Amino acid sequence: MAAAPRAPKRRHPILHFARTQPLGALGAVVVLVMAVSALGADLIAPYDPEAIDFASMLGAPSLDHLLGTDAFGRDVLSRVIYGARTALAIGFISSFLGSTLGALIGIAAAYFRGGFDLAVQGVTDILLSFPIIILALVVVAVLGKGMAFGVDWYLIAAIGVPIVPNVARVVRSAALAIRDMPYIDAARAAGFSSARIIFRHMAPNVVAPYLIMITAFIAQAILLEASLSFLGLGVVEPTPSWGLMLSGHAADFYHEAPWMIVFPGLAISLAVFSFNLLGDSLRDWLDPRLKV
Amino acid sequence: MKARILVIGAATAALLATPALAADQPKRGGILNFAVEAEPPNYDCHAATSFAFIHPVRPHYSTLLKFDAPNYPKIKGDLAESWSVSADNLTYTFKLRTGVKFHDGSAFSSEDVKVSYERIINPPPGVVSARKASYDDIASIDTPDAQTVVFHLKAPNAAMPAQFASPWDCIYSAAKLKMDPKFPEKNVLGTGPFKFKDYVKGGYWEGVRFDGYFEKGKPYLDGYKAIFIKGAAAINAIQGGQIAAEFRGQSPSDRDQLVKALGPKIKVEESPWICNLVVAFNAEKKPFDDPRVRRALSLAIDRWGGSAPLSKIAIVGPVGGLLRPGYSLAASQAELEKMPGFSHDIKASREEAKKLLKEAGVSNLKFKLTNRNVPNPYTPVGVYLIDQWRQIGVQVEHEQLETSPYIAALSSGNYQAGLDFNCDYMDEPNLQLIKYISADKSSINYGHYNDRVLDDLYEKQKRSTDPVQRAKLLREFETRALTEAYTVPTIWWHRIIAHSAALKGWSITPSHYLGQDLTDVWLDQ
Amino acid sequence: MLAYVVHRLLLMIPTLLGVAVLVFLLLRVMPGDVVELKLKADGADVSAETLKAERQRLGLDKPMASQLADWLTGLATLDFGTSMWTEDRVSHEVAIRLQLSIEVAILAALVAVAIGIPFGILAALYRNTWIDQAIRIVAFAGLATPSFWLGMLVILGLLALFEWSPPVTFTPFFQDPVANLMQLIWPALAVGYRYSAMVTRMTRSTLLEVLQEDYIRTARAKGVSERMVVLRHAMRNAMLPVITVVGLEFAFLIGGLVVTEQVFNLNGIGKLFVDATLHADYTMVQALVMLVAGFFILVNFCVDMLYAVLDPRVRYR
Repeated sequence: MAAAPRAPKRRHPILHFARTQPLGALGAVVVLVMAVSALGADLIAPYDPEAIDFASMLGAPSLDHLLGTDAFGRDVLSRVIYGARTALAIGFISSFLGSTLGALIGIAAAYFRGGFDLAVQGVTDILLSFPIIILALVVVAVLGKGMAFGVDWYLIAAIGVPIVPNVARVVRSAALAIRDMPYIDAARAAGFSSARIIFRHMAPNVVAPYLIMITAFIAQAILLEASLSFLGLGVVEPTPSWGLMLSGHAADFYHEAPWMIVFPGLAISLAVFSFNLLGDSLRDWLDPRLKV
Repeated sequence: MKARILVIGAATAALLATPALAADQPKRGGILNFAVEAEPPNYDCHAATSFAFIHPVRPHYSTLLKFDAPNYPKIKGDLAESWSVSADNLTYTFKLRTGVKFHDGSAFSSEDVKVSYERIINPPPGVVSARKASYDDIASIDTPDAQTVVFHLKAPNAAMPAQFASPWDCIYSAAKLKMDPKFPEKNVLGTGPFKFKDYVKGGYWEGVRFDGYFEKGKPYLDGYKAIFIKGAAAINAIQGGQIAAEFRGQSPSDRDQLVKALGPKIKVEESPWICNLVVAFNAEKKPFDDPRVRRALSLAIDRWGGSAPLSKIAIVGPVGGLLRPGYSLAASQAELEKMPGFSHDIKASREEAKKLLKEAGVSNLKFKLTNRNVPNPYTPVGVYLIDQWRQIGVQVEHEQLETSPYIAALSSGNYQAGLDFNCDYMDEPNLQLIKYISADKSSINYGHYNDRVLDDLYEKQKRSTDPVQRAKLLREFETRALTEAYTVPTIWWHRIIAHSAALKGWSITPSHYLGQDLTDVWLDQ
Repeated sequence: MLAYVVHRLLLMIPTLLGVAVLVFLLLRVMPGDVVELKLKADGADVSAETLKAERQRLGLDKPMASQLADWLTGLATLDFGTSMWTEDRVSHEVAIRLQLSIEVAILAALVAVAIGIPFGILAALYRNTWIDQAIRIVAFAGLATPSFWLGMLVILGLLALFEWSPPVTFTPFFQDPVANLMQLIWPALAVGYRYSAMVTRMTRSTLLEVLQEDYIRTARAKGVSERMVVLRHAMRNAMLPVITVVGLEFAFLIGGLVVTEQVFNLNGIGKLFVDATLHADYTMVQALVMLVAGFFILVNFCVDMLYAVLDPRVRYR
């Protein structure tokens, strides 16, 4: 008697990803470690990042202060750990908000077409004519600072704004491809509501580029926050932020105390690197042909 | 026989003396390259208010009097050869030099002084005179002859005659001003030691020796180049030998870096600075309308204790009140310690502070400190103050703004407490105290308050001709200002200039606006 | 074809108009006043009347609509106005600095192409070997490293190792090439590293795609040497997207320059932009943003045209 055919083993997505995209898995692990340290900063960081201790100012890395101290005697390691909190929070929130808004606009433009689509395209073109940092600079200069719950929402808006048109454009073309399919027309003929068509039929097609772009834009957001803080227009003292740790005041001391800039710079690079690796590998895994 | 010994003795003595003299003998020639961190928006001294103007442009002009930099606060004649003051302090007569020429060859006379000063006192439409208010006391100017100019004052003014040494009171050509009162905004024509050569926007400003300068044999330099570079780049350029100096001031770590790298090739000059940082409380916003709250916040600051550590990382150091510590009319340390906020017993001060806050009903005070986004010294002092206030249970959020929105916030009253500054070109209560008199009399009173007692004391000390009486009035002013605590001084600045050892003939002064005419500067190379 | 070109050209106009209006509005909302800044930034006691008179002189008290109209009509005649800070013509201020920024951009592009294309080819040819992984990691690092931090490290390194810092004044290339390059090669490298990373990645991925095409297999089957296959056949077709990236990234360079010029203290467009923003110099910021946006749009247009010429499938949808 022949054995009954066995059901094919279901691939666990995470393990599959880890096996086929080792670099991506590495990126994911680093991101995870950063996220954990950011969340658990209170437990992991050896010192209060804002505690001034003039007696130990400009100290080289030592057993007491593994990454040295800055001009106020604050522990650089603790500031880097808490800086992860700022970077990841701002990076994630701006990317998430920007990408989601962009995706919604993109799908809506693809679905409704007509005047709305033309308007969206027009505004997208206008916004995409600005280099990202210039757009963010102008938004920050206009809005200033808007703190709530310990987060600067205007800064997040400034960083998120350049993301919206980018995502909108890509999602729109992905959604357009679906929209022209016969089954969408059939669904409309059957009387399904627009919302249902959009969310149940079109959205799944754009999930892949959406996820990839969120990851990629977190990297960009972290870099943008660092650049803005470096120019003095982002996060301000005494909040720990990697970009801020590289700016003006630190720049005065970097000859005497190079560790003040080496470690925050490494942190930025590592974070952006890992997110890019993750995003790239995600794209390779989901669909290498995707032009994102 | 005796005569010969005397002659030989004299000759030997002369020989022995000469090497010492030769070492100090200025050498002619060379171009002085130095850095300036910002660029002047236009070329008019009367409208300018920044060192970004003084450093590149000052060498083209002369003033009536100027400060004798190595002997500050002594003043000496620049265009004036000598001067006299009438017994009632109402008439100032200046005897001008002869043979002075403008850079285009035209002759200088008393008419030029008269027209230039009239422009400052009564600017024609479209012309900005930034310091007009300080010259209100001048009633009229006479020019009895081409070599004499006479100023008539309405009332005695304690700032005169030193005010005539202001580096901003450039003397322009009367002929050019009559043709076009805005001529100096885009054209440089003066009687100073250097002629204008070139200005490359964003790049540099060049001056070249004026051979017809009235001080024979000077200037020693062939020319100078003010290169517009900022911050660390300027220090690197000094270290790399490309520039000789930056004349505003270096931070302690810049100085240490340069000394370590260049050793004897670097000369460091240090001086107290007529600049200080003050905390301005917006008296129009609760709870800062309550003097107890303001005084409490001032008491919480450990000025004496913060001085040493802050001086290591920032360009600050001396502790003083409303006037620069070290100035003859400033409060002595003993007098200062009696004033609110200057006690050495910081624990007792902080206890009193907490008590005052409780009395005013704001024990858990939270507010925002609006600060300028400049690394030295605003950021470190801001961070320090927030830490001090934390120690009496007050939570402060640090808001750092670029200069433009910062000024907008302070002048429009759109802030709670701000870290403000007070800088002047000379020690002079008439100038330093403008910060503290009523808002309807002073445009830099960002506390937005009116206090007639202070106004009254200000007027009295301005008219006082007796230094002892003036000092008494100043102590009264200071005590009231610190008790009401509308705007309180925190710490005074400390000026450090680390320049190439080859740069000679330049002396540091307590103001970065003074001593920049470069007349006596020479390069030992 | 002509219809496509004309249509795209016409589309540029509303976009540019939109940019102009948006920038104008954004700036007017920004807190800060150039007059106050000019006169009071150093703490001088300047009266309110003086400030008011200056504002009037600069036209800041005119109603918003009239200022907008002035700006737009000026734009139409390519008159960018006068800087509110220096009162010099904007076109003059920009012209002096454009030379430097363009030169750094071109140098960075050269660096990017010189490094990116060969590395990309190597990575594609030796796909999935350690060479490929190493190149990909270096490229990723290039994307991740903030160019201003890299710039700071370069300066630190030069001072620490050679006790030497780059020249502080700009010498035009044709006047003294050595002095010119001694100043500009460092920022070009700092910015170019990131640029080269983009080029490496794009070269690698398009080459990989192209190498899988049928005609490549045919060439190999015909016995053409591998080297010829890659260089002659594959690269020709892979070049198009690579050129696109080089062109688009060149436009994006402006963003990188804004921060890099601060670090290296270069008298370029980036620094002018930051200074103008800090001075609340509306006319200058408006003009610069228009210039940059205009440049972007132009580059996009050229790239699209290139695609249309070379790839008929794209011509019009």
